[in-house]
Amino acid sequence: MLSVQELTVYFTSNGRVARALDGVSYEIRKGETVCLVGESGCGKTVSALTILGIIPQPPAQIMGGTVLFDGQNLLDLGEREMQKIRGNRIAMVFQEPMTSLNPVFTIEDQISEAIMVHEKAGGKEIRQRCIKLLKDVGIPSPEERLKDYPHQLSGGQRQRVMIAMALTCNPDVVIADEPTTALDVTIQAQILNLFRELKQIRKMSLLYITHDLGVVAHIADRIYVMYAGIIVEQGDTIHIFHSPQHPYTQGLLASLPSRTKRGGTLHSIPGLVPDPAHKPLGCPFHPRCSFAIKSCQIQFPEMYDYGEGHLSRCPVLYKKDRSHYEKA
Amino acid sequence: MKKHRSSNDTILTVEGLKKYFPVRRGFFQGVIGWIKAVDGVDLTIHQGKTLGLVGESGCGKSTIGRLILKLLEPDEGKIMYRGQDISGISDEAMKPLRKEMQIIFQDPYGSLNPRMTVGQSIEEGLRTVGMKGHGERKKQVAHLLEMVGIGPDAAAFYPHQFSGGQRQRIGVARAMGVNPSLIICDEPVSALDVSIQSQIINLLKELQSTLGLSYLFISHDLNVVGYLSDTVAVMYLGHIMEYAPAEVFYDNPLHPYTLALLSAIPPPEPDDRHTLPSLVGDVPSPFNPPPGCKFQGRCPLVEDRCRKEEISIYTVSEEHVVRCWKVAGY
Repeated sequence: MLSVQELTVYFTSNGRVARALDGVSYEIRKGETVCLVGESGCGKTVSALTILGIIPQPPAQIMGGTVLFDGQNLLDLGEREMQKIRGNRIAMVFQEPMTSLNPVFTIEDQISEAIMVHEKAGGKEIRQRCIKLLKDVGIPSPEERLKDYPHQLSGGQRQRVMIAMALTCNPDVVIADEPTTALDVTIQAQILNLFRELKQIRKMSLLYITHDLGVVAHIADRIYVMYAGIIVEQGDTIHIFHSPQHPYTQGLLASLPSRTKRGGTLHSIPGLVPDPAHKPLGCPFHPRCSFAIKSCQIQFPEMYDYGEGHLSRCPVLYKKDRSHYEKA
Repeated sequence: MKKHRSSNDTILTVEGLKKYFPVRRGFFQGVIGWIKAVDGVDLTIHQGKTLGLVGESGCGKSTIGRLILKLLEPDEGKIMYRGQDISGISDEAMKPLRKEMQIIFQDPYGSLNPRMTVGQSIEEGLRTVGMKGHGERKKQVAHLLEMVGIGPDAAAFYPHQFSGGQRQRIGVARAMGVNPSLIICDEPVSALDVSIQSQIINLLKELQSTLGLSYLFISHDLNVVGYLSDTVAVMYLGHIMEYAPAEVFYDNPLHPYTLALLSAIPPPEPDDRHTLPSLVGDVPSPFNPPPGCKFQGRCPLVEDRCRKEEISIYTVSEEHVVRCWKVAGY
């Protein structure tokens, strides 16, 4: 459906070059939910913005790679052609519903604008569609809510409106960038349920960007784990959670606080996420990695195949694993 | 939890604490109603222990932290610090106590002055509590930065030169500077990434065991609270809904709101996939809430009685209290 290949995006400012994305490849198949997981600054959002062509250039610079959608490379398209795809075939839901809704327009204005950009439709028809969309995303008494301004809605309802706007043109792919991070847990649960429901009914593909591993376990079919601008591990949800093969993924899973393992010291990954302008040579994770050997400091690691689409970018653990098998 | 706690191992007790904020409208700014941010709260923090205070946004948990530190004046109720009621005392009388109680804020970006070096920020606190000698202060700053794991060299740098996790460590160092006994941690790890979050949690635990600190740990994350706390209190719209020792709380949660909170967190377990049981509706506005139980609008067990009577707190077992007559069996 949508395939990102070797995408490389750098940011330049004051002569400093920050390598935000260093050859990132991932794909989303039809009707599938794919999660991009990683900590802040690892390039999750940059890759989403690049797909939609809404990354500000400069400071960003697309150095290479392709974004294939329906057989065409989105990076080659002009703004005119891109507008036909953006919102229509690929739509996005942002993290902050308050800052992405316009405070001086009513909900009806904003949803109908989304419809009118892509289609010719009469006033009455648009209104009916707005009401239906709001109903679909579970907003009670939608007729009345149409007249409301964003500030009159709660955080959860605003996010529902954002989702309704993303769904206006029945997109093939929805990109959701941390859509529940700003919400309370009980509201987050409602929105996650809504995403699952909508995906089943509409058969759309979902690219879900998050740092919350609980959310990932709950909705993802497949997972890509990102660190410092590269994909370090990818695979089915079950594989990633039950047999993580990259030290970073293992560390992330182990450092989750849990109410069942109270007391004691929590596992933590030492050190900090590297500054994208001064990424270490070799494997970007090696300064924080407990398995690192000398070659990790020099050689950029390749992806190693564990079968069934499970790939991990760590030669040390891969070789350890293989030798184990050979002995057995 | 059979051990009976004597009153001298409590460091802070809060009784019947209330804080209402007026809502003003119109030309003459007349008061048209009240937001009951904290509406009669009782809490106890034991020496060297952690009390976790959990709730969704707007439930009043941060207001409690600010009331205890007297950054806000309570409307009613007592705040007893080591047996002394501090709710009514003057700023002058409060001054020596400021040394004893410190706060770590959620946002490490907003709580450090960007124009001061880290060393200056930490020193300022030391100066206000009367540490006179310049050399002595410098030494203490170096010691503090060492203690939180950034190293003494950091004193010469400005806050923007650090990452979020490092800034939170600086926030911790600043709070520790005056040798406090009680630290209010107001969502200290919410703004941090998972791998950094666990570093800060470990740091807080380590400091607690070496220095014998007491924490009021305010958070919306039940997993983090469960990991750190000895006692847990759940708040909803200014009321404590459930209050129990952590083991009891997580093994046998009773209040329908607690159950909803616990089940709303998606577990990091891909096999265990189900539609998350979610509460209907949003957190209602604390402005002029209806009579009766504050949770009535979203409660799956709601009955007529909940809409009419003020629901009081029931004791279900020793040290386990719950504000719900139904689950308490009354």
